[in-house]
Amino acid sequence: MIRHLLSGADLDADTATQILDTAAEMAAVSGREVKKLPALRGRTVVNLFYEDSTRTRISFEAAAKRLSADVINFSAKGSSVTKGESLKDTALTLQAMGADAVVVRHPASGAPHRLADWVDGSVVNAGDGTHEHPTQALLDAYTMRSRLGRLAGLSVAVVGDVLHSRVARSNVLLLATLGAKVTLVGPPTLIPVDIAPGTDVCYDLDAVLPSSDVVMMLRVQRERMNDSYFPSAREYARRYGLDGPRMRRLPEHAIVMHPGPMNRGMEITPEVADSSRSTIVEQVTNGVSVRMAVLYLLLGGNNR
Amino acid sequence: MNAYLIRNVSVLGAAPTDVLIRDGVVAETGPGLSAPDAGVVDADGLVALPGLVDLHTHLREPGREDAETVETGSRAAALGGYTAVCAMANTSPVADTAGVVEQVWRLGREAGLVDVQPIGAVTVGLAGERLAELGAMADSAARVRIFSDDGHCVADPRLMRRALEYVKAFDGIIAQHAEEPRLTEGAQMHEGEVSTRLGLTGWPAVAEEAIIARDVLLAEHVGSRLHVCHVSTAGSVEVLRQAKARGVRVTAEVTPHHLLLTDVRAETYDPVFKVNPPLRTATDIAALRAALVDGVIDIIATDHAPHAVEDKECEWAYARPGMLGLETALSIALDVLGPEWDLIAERMSRAPARIAGLTEHGHDPAPGAPANLTLVDPAARRVIEPAELASRSRNTPYARMTLPGRIVATFLRGEATVLDGKAIK
Repeated sequence: MIRHLLSGADLDADTATQILDTAAEMAAVSGREVKKLPALRGRTVVNLFYEDSTRTRISFEAAAKRLSADVINFSAKGSSVTKGESLKDTALTLQAMGADAVVVRHPASGAPHRLADWVDGSVVNAGDGTHEHPTQALLDAYTMRSRLGRLAGLSVAVVGDVLHSRVARSNVLLLATLGAKVTLVGPPTLIPVDIAPGTDVCYDLDAVLPSSDVVMMLRVQRERMNDSYFPSAREYARRYGLDGPRMRRLPEHAIVMHPGPMNRGMEITPEVADSSRSTIVEQVTNGVSVRMAVLYLLLGGNNR
Repeated sequence: MNAYLIRNVSVLGAAPTDVLIRDGVVAETGPGLSAPDAGVVDADGLVALPGLVDLHTHLREPGREDAETVETGSRAAALGGYTAVCAMANTSPVADTAGVVEQVWRLGREAGLVDVQPIGAVTVGLAGERLAELGAMADSAARVRIFSDDGHCVADPRLMRRALEYVKAFDGIIAQHAEEPRLTEGAQMHEGEVSTRLGLTGWPAVAEEAIIARDVLLAEHVGSRLHVCHVSTAGSVEVLRQAKARGVRVTAEVTPHHLLLTDVRAETYDPVFKVNPPLRTATDIAALRAALVDGVIDIIATDHAPHAVEDKECEWAYARPGMLGLETALSIALDVLGPEWDLIAERMSRAPARIAGLTEHGHDPAPGAPANLTLVDPAARRVIEPAELASRSRNTPYARMTLPGRIVATFLRGEATVLDGKAIK
């Protein structure tokens, strides 16, 4: 097993599959009346969050607690080299406290990589800047696999602000590893100018829908609207929003995903978000199981 | 000691000979010289070059003496084979008045290890809004001739035009940091496949190329001298090639790091590789190397940019851009160009001295020339250890790399500043 989970690229197909399989076992535990396993008793997991993200933090917290780990929540919002303690000093502090795993959310891309150089414990990237969010990709893959029965050969459209999306980056890497075919869809201003060879790009959502097994809608940050990425929210919604008529162009079995939080009416309409194709609530549930699997395997459920 | 007899030295790669320097000048060259009063330097296997001249150095004093001082930067320069450096204006306070440039000039004289030629800011406080008192700096004891807002682009085209015109009165030159600021807001590294993968905001090549294209047209229009700092892209080389072919009075520099390192280095997120302009691609490196050989790029300049540990040991986005360069530049040039001594002398000494108007520098060691020279051991190979550098900072991107060449001795106006590879003071 790998020591840190910093990027979707850290996972080969065997490791990723092992995590998904373990998550399925964890999900079975979560369905029991007593949802707790003793696997990580006496181990310490620190949630180090430099950004507000209640949903990701509580998902990791629930995962660690169900494995009986001691959980410390360290909210360092607003910290930077100019304001307060440096990341390195924080790392040394966590090291001194004996953190076995550090789950880190940070506004700067690459911060988890830096942290991994400075602590002995495992580092789990819970979202860094516009870089990656690998546990989100794992829970998305888990959700696809449980709904559609497989990952290899699936056609997945990732739609929206790919340029700034850590969810998209991790999904592109992981889905390629697991044999799915990804198409990036969005206005050209929100697709990076240089992307790895072999990734498909399409600027026309309607053209992609009939052949998609999965449509993954990305959140569009409100601040993009004032920065000339597209003319207006209305135009964005018209061209790239998923509404009822568009949803009906999908194959019957296709599912609609969103990492949350949603802008209802912007990238997705309530009709779609609340439809039976939508996996949005399942994704949250699956997130806990997948994060249990990640912590369990990284912290040596079976390797130390 | 006011005389040194350098025995068996190869002047720019020629057959070994002796070089006698006395009273600040090269007194005599030829085999079998004798001078009983002179200190003898055994230079078997060493190559003599005119003392190197750096057109682009950040000495950080006044303001960030924790990162570098005029003295520590001068020592690093001498150890790198330099006899003159041009100190950039982005200090705190900014070198935008006669007072600050004279302070830096005086500190350089006091250190006495290299000639420190201050560069003046183009605009007050580097703010890009109104011209600094360029004439006062030109007339000061520091005799400033190069003006630059380096670190910032003089982005306003009208202000750039006025600056180019104004300095004609005293044969000045504007050294432009070419970066269209609206295209690089929040930029962290070269925009390309690697920045996409790393999720770091891209610094597109066009942001540099667009400003160079504009500025060569402005310089052509008003008949002024333009110098382009740290050219980093293949596209910039083409813009410069065309401008030079038309006879525009433009010169250009490239840094050692842009000749050697690519954007892939950012993969570690170690900000020691963060620099502005950013490390580019292998294609850019190939174009820059070719341009350096064919003369479209006139000089190698270090952009030596010391930074305190806390400004680099942090998240990439929060780190300051810049790398050390003075103590490794000649090694990189040797690595990139090979033992092309005349080309190295031209690109690292004669041409920068000409551009900067430093008449005492950039002369090959020949009778009558000022004794500003350096001795290189081309056969040596050394492992770069940050802790061993003379700079007060440690942010070298070449840590633990093995590089060719070692500076054995440096002479400034006939006085040794470096002997046996060690600084004299």
